[in-house]
Amino acid sequence: MSVALSAGTSVSGQAWSRIGAIDPFVPQIYRVSRVWRESSDIVTLAIVPTAGDRPEFAPGQFNMLYVFGVGEVAISMSGDPAVPGSFVHTVRSVGAVSGAVAALEAGATLGVRGPFGSAWPIELAEGSDVVFAAGGLGLAPLRPAIYQVLARRERYGRVVLLYGTRTPTDILFRRELERWRRRLDIDLFVTVDHADETWHGDVGVVTKLIGRGGFDPPNTIAMVCGPELMMRFTGTALHAAGLRSEQIYLSMERNMKCAIGLCGHCQFGPTFVCVDGPVMRYDRIVDFLAVREI
Amino acid sequence: MEGLERIVLAHPFFAGLETELGPVVAGCARNIRVGPGQYLAHEGDSADEFFLIRQGRVALEILPPGRHAVVLSTESEGDIVGAYWLVPPYRWQCDARAVELTRAIGIDAKCLRAKCDSDHHLGYELMKRFLPLIVQRLDQTRLQMLDVYGSRPA
Amino acid sequence: MVENVGLEQILADHPFAKDMPPQVLSTISGCCSNAVYHPGDYIFREGEAADHFFLIRHGLVALEIHVPQGPPIVVETLETGDIFGWSWLLPPYRWSSDARASEQVRLLKLDGACLRGKMESDHLLGYEIFRRFLPIMARRLATTRLRIVELVIEPPAHPRHRG
Repeated sequence: MSVALSAGTSVSGQAWSRIGAIDPFVPQIYRVSRVWRESSDIVTLAIVPTAGDRPEFAPGQFNMLYVFGVGEVAISMSGDPAVPGSFVHTVRSVGAVSGAVAALEAGATLGVRGPFGSAWPIELAEGSDVVFAAGGLGLAPLRPAIYQVLARRERYGRVVLLYGTRTPTDILFRRELERWRRRLDIDLFVTVDHADETWHGDVGVVTKLIGRGGFDPPNTIAMVCGPELMMRFTGTALHAAGLRSEQIYLSMERNMKCAIGLCGHCQFGPTFVCVDGPVMRYDRIVDFLAVREI
Repeated sequence: MEGLERIVLAHPFFAGLETELGPVVAGCARNIRVGPGQYLAHEGDSADEFFLIRQGRVALEILPPGRHAVVLSTESEGDIVGAYWLVPPYRWQCDARAVELTRAIGIDAKCLRAKCDSDHHLGYELMKRFLPLIVQRLDQTRLQMLDVYGSRPA
Repeated sequence: MVENVGLEQILADHPFAKDMPPQVLSTISGCCSNAVYHPGDYIFREGEAADHFFLIRHGLVALEIHVPQGPPIVVETLETGDIFGWSWLLPPYRWSSDARASEQVRLLKLDGACLRGKMESDHLLGYEIFRRFLPIMARRLATTRLRIVELVIEPPAHPRHRG
């Protein structure tokens, strides 16, 4: 069943139960249908439900993925919402649970709760220029939004993707990036923190790419995703480039446990990232990004 | 000389500079063209000149002994390459290699410094442009150094 | 005005003022004040309005970037005789890092907002201030670049941040 989500809003666990969606407390059983190895520690999985259809989701949302006997972890969708049948998730192995998810092979089963959380402001951005600013693994939660904007390309002005990562070997979704680069209706800039002489692209921090322009600041919506430090400085740089805080959206990440606003694990200032986010408007959280012990 | 003046004044770095100062700056300038893979400067060279990129891309890199070059930054249209003329011992501390065909304005640092010392107005106008660029590069380079993406070394 | 004369002398003794024309020194001392910070005090914080720059008379200052869920990263340490605070030089005039006193610190605080205005009409003042900053900034840029190379050659054992 499809639930339309307006930007920056989400539905709490209780509301989900009331509208007859999948019970947010009980994992559904899914099976891994395909695995792509992106790098030494990053994997993309396609997972399909063992019963029923996979629910609709909005770009920016996440699932809680449960590996039997290990535990549960929140991972954003990284696939195309318009492609039915499977959820796609891109996972970096950093701990016991994410490591277990990243180690799943085709045919393995796992539990899935979701979708949860707020969405990227795709409809709100119609009529404006769009800047996607991705850092490292942050390109993954942005990818569904990029797909959706490109699917309705005529509704938007200039579309710019700024992508920064550590080195050329860390560039995610290379083939996809090449495909997008060949399009004439999206400006794509990729930069790395450092490289060797075989790299012929840009080297430097991703905020340096903002100066390349290609968008009209008063009439732009920016969607930013990456490590918190990167998002903090990108937000500042976009602001300095003339975007107001209300025009900038970030995807916050915190350790999730219940994902439905009950346990408090993901608390960030006065917000719960699982229900007030993960996509949040910059003006609402900029003060908390600056707080030193949070 | 006239053509060079025009080129100098057309570069984004000199945006807003009074036209009368064009010939003054051009007196320290030359137009250069560097093919892909060619070097504008090598580490250790005397830092007599810096470059305003008109078109193309230049990589600043350091070659650690026995290793591949580490490219630290690329500069393109509108950017400046080379701040080593400002810092004792006035030698390039990295290589500057054109990644693609690059057109640039080369400015003789000694010549320009002398003109700035005798004309404070020119000095002020140039410093006013340099400083924000260097400060911005410093802030940006610092972010690169922080290694925010955290992925494991390849 | 005793205060001002005292400050002008203190300023004159600082390396920043070396070879400075007397009239420039006099103007700058009019936008100058003394400041003392105790160990751990913040001198400025990332994002705050950047309207000053600082000359260290005595002490150690750490420029830090605070990070989520961890101790702040020290990006630079500055000592007696150094100058710091360069965000006053370019819009949006906001600090790009924190500055914290590592030990008892005595500073000369120069009002950048006050000076910016004067520099626009007094280009000798402008040139003298800018040309002292420039080599310092360029050196820091060169050093930061070298630190990137070091990190590439000798990566830290444990990655600091999680993407």
